[in-house]
Amino acid sequence: MANNNNTPRLGQKTVGQKILTFLGNNSVPIMFILICAYCIPASGFSAGYLLNEIVTRLGRNAFLILSLLIPIMAGMGLNFGMTLGAMAGQIALIFVADWQIWGIPGLILAAILSIPFSVGLGVFIGKILNKAKGREMITSYMIAFFMTGIYQLVVLYMMGSIIPIKHASIKLPRGYGIRNTVSLLQMRQSLDNLLSFTVGGVKIPVLTLILIALACLFIVWFRKTKLGQDMRAVGQDMEVARDAGINVERTRVIAMVMSTVFAGFGMIIYLQNVGNFPTYTAHSQIGMFCIAALLVGGASVDKASIGNVFLGVILFHTMFIVAPKTGAAITGDSMIGEYFRVFVSYAVITVALVLYEAKKRKAKSAAGAQLAAEQAAEEEA
Amino acid sequence: MEKNTAPLLEMRNIKKDFFGNQVLEDINFTLEAGEVLGLVGENGAGKSTLMKILFGMDVIRETGGYSGDVLLNGEKVNFSTPFDALEAGIGMVHQEFSLIPGFTATENILLNREPQKKNVLSEVFGQRLNTLDYKEMDKCAAAAIDKMGVQIDADMRISDMPVGHKQFTEIARELSKDQLKLLILDEPTAVLTEKEAEALLDSIRGMSRQGISVIFITHRLHEILSVCDKVVIMRDGHVVEDMPASETDVERITKAMVGRKVDVSVKQDVRDHSGAKTIMSIRKLWVDMPGEIVRNVNLDVKEGEILGIGGLAGQGKLGIPNGVMGLYEAGGTVEFDGKPIPLNNPRNCLDEQLAFVSEDRRGVGLLLDETLEWNVAFPAMQIQNKFLKNLLGGLVKWRDEKAIREVTDRYIEELKIKCTSSKQKAKELSGGNQQKVCLAKAFALEPKFLFVSEPTRGIDVGAKALVLEALKKFNRESGVTVVMISSELEELRSTCDRIAIVSGGRIAGILPATESSEAFGALMVSQVK
Repeated sequence: MANNNNTPRLGQKTVGQKILTFLGNNSVPIMFILICAYCIPASGFSAGYLLNEIVTRLGRNAFLILSLLIPIMAGMGLNFGMTLGAMAGQIALIFVADWQIWGIPGLILAAILSIPFSVGLGVFIGKILNKAKGREMITSYMIAFFMTGIYQLVVLYMMGSIIPIKHASIKLPRGYGIRNTVSLLQMRQSLDNLLSFTVGGVKIPVLTLILIALACLFIVWFRKTKLGQDMRAVGQDMEVARDAGINVERTRVIAMVMSTVFAGFGMIIYLQNVGNFPTYTAHSQIGMFCIAALLVGGASVDKASIGNVFLGVILFHTMFIVAPKTGAAITGDSMIGEYFRVFVSYAVITVALVLYEAKKRKAKSAAGAQLAAEQAAEEEA
Repeated sequence: MEKNTAPLLEMRNIKKDFFGNQVLEDINFTLEAGEVLGLVGENGAGKSTLMKILFGMDVIRETGGYSGDVLLNGEKVNFSTPFDALEAGIGMVHQEFSLIPGFTATENILLNREPQKKNVLSEVFGQRLNTLDYKEMDKCAAAAIDKMGVQIDADMRISDMPVGHKQFTEIARELSKDQLKLLILDEPTAVLTEKEAEALLDSIRGMSRQGISVIFITHRLHEILSVCDKVVIMRDGHVVEDMPASETDVERITKAMVGRKVDVSVKQDVRDHSGAKTIMSIRKLWVDMPGEIVRNVNLDVKEGEILGIGGLAGQGKLGIPNGVMGLYEAGGTVEFDGKPIPLNNPRNCLDEQLAFVSEDRRGVGLLLDETLEWNVAFPAMQIQNKFLKNLLGGLVKWRDEKAIREVTDRYIEELKIKCTSSKQKAKELSGGNQQKVCLAKAFALEPKFLFVSEPTRGIDVGAKALVLEALKKFNRESGVTVVMISSELEELRSTCDRIAIVSGGRIAGILPATESSEAFGALMVSQVK
């Protein structure tokens, strides 16, 4: 057919269509910007306070959310495998707290200690997800629940009985098991405070931000490595990658291991900022909040960038900070804001998943529209 | 290496059967270095199977291997994986694209063969942490594109490319492999515009000059004549002609492709329905069925006839029933019995008493884990409330097991379905018997109009005759209009009254079944694109 060249292609759009596409592609972040724009004045917080809170939370969460990027790149979706990495980080911190090694040395030791746990758990979840290709999100979500049980078994019964735990401040009085809360008071914000300075009342945790920057640089560099290229190929089309000789299964397992190791580090950074953690539940919602934050930043199931991470952290946490106060201001009940947080996290994830499916369907029917357009053009000719 | 007189590729007495079904027999041909060989034949002639053997595809080994010898440069080879074939210098461009959509042409051309640079981390953690050498990649890709001789944008992402450029990217990928000696192109021009196809033919000539041999599979016969050194024509698993391209022409090739020496099967009872009323009228139909796209089809079906729809694979004949019945996205208008039928809604078609026996019998046609009774009665029960007893004044509907068994047993007998009982599970039956169950299911609906798609695909000769006979009988006795889609022309000619040939997604022509095979063959290739 010779007339293929002069039929209008669907790719060519007017300015109006372009704006609409942009709005459609970024509907979640835009929605959040609107919510924040409404809530911030209503909450009555000062700019300084708000900024300080946002910077604190940025330092606290960004590293964890960065750990989600690698599985997305490898086509393994919004992956709750990071929850397992968070458990590894917690176990490392329990040991360090037991040995009473505090401050920066304690953090470094915890990070090193978390690696073998993270790698083991990463290999485990990677192998399972290889058997559940295309359903990584729900499978990893369930595995995280299941592993929570194992984690609790280890921490509640094995620590102190089989695994030596000495220090009375973290051990339950009965002789085995870990107390409900592990206090990290003596290493609280030791990372954040080193090299930190204050500008106009806003504390800048320089070292933490440097670590986050290094992680970003690593991800940028990693995309250019052979392994990164393979992961992107596997993520987009497993069969084509396999035909080209790439070991798909192994590549996916490596992606999961990298994600859990990153998440382990991220959890340690997160917890040193908070200063203590509930032993049995600290990890339980971390996956959901991180994924929600990433989606708020404009990511989707198969595409996420470093920019999405930062935009997401800022928008999502701004809402977190202002929602209780706004809720109180509007309804007179501060609980409404608390309720709002959880509700919004789930809502964002649901909306993002539905939008992703809708977009896929739309792309599919575009081929049909093209056919109809060609046929109409042919008749005119 | 000293000059060796053996041809680059020689196929000797290649035989292959799929579970007793002989698909290739005594294939012999040779190919010299730098030669371009055109391989033509109808669907099912065995071209693809032959290429799969040459390329060491898994499916060949899994189905019991082949007999005969493949010789490369005079040495016997037996590839156990496609990677071995690639190693030996054989490249293949498939009909389906095997490209990463979000990668640029360069990244795809060098997929998993990227030039790399070492760094500190890769020294510690292994080679996979080498960074990619983008400059070198650009150079390699540019060299491959140059070698191909068709300009494409190396930095463009595959998903943004027109379909022709995707094809060229695949070809460039094969050409970028240094060891490439033989390139197999499986219908590369099917997706190209005329201009692009012309460019590809030039490119093939260029490869041939550089000493690369090409096996070129296509349905566009004039392309074969313009670019190939020799033509090999296959039919029913045999090589029927092997001659220099300069000594033949389109007509001769067509005849060799479709012609049967003994034409006994053509039936004598072709009926003329031109006076009958039009029961289905299709106007401006398009169907977006992957690999079987239909464009602007107008077709009238007369009441009571058996209309055949034939054509080569991928030309759109399967798209017509799938589009009308709402299984794939479609547009245009379809009128049945004077009433318009909304497209994209299978339930509506079924309510209008249209029935469809799909070519995908395991996927769409059967409830594999259920009994024959269920398979036969299920649609009738769902759609027409048949085989149901009303209890309590219609409040509760009860399955009428007895009626179901009776009707199933009747069809088992009529269609000679080989099974242990009507309670046997559908998946335990052979392909031919499964096909008969599909027919029984459609018959049990007692439709006014029946689409049957590829009713004899993958079943043996005996079952074939039975299935065709059953269809004919159903048409004659119940007066049901039947539209039968098949790749096998002879089968259509022996069963149908009229045959429409689809080519390039359009109806190329409608002829009475008594026309010669050559006339149909000419229609088949008339608009191939």
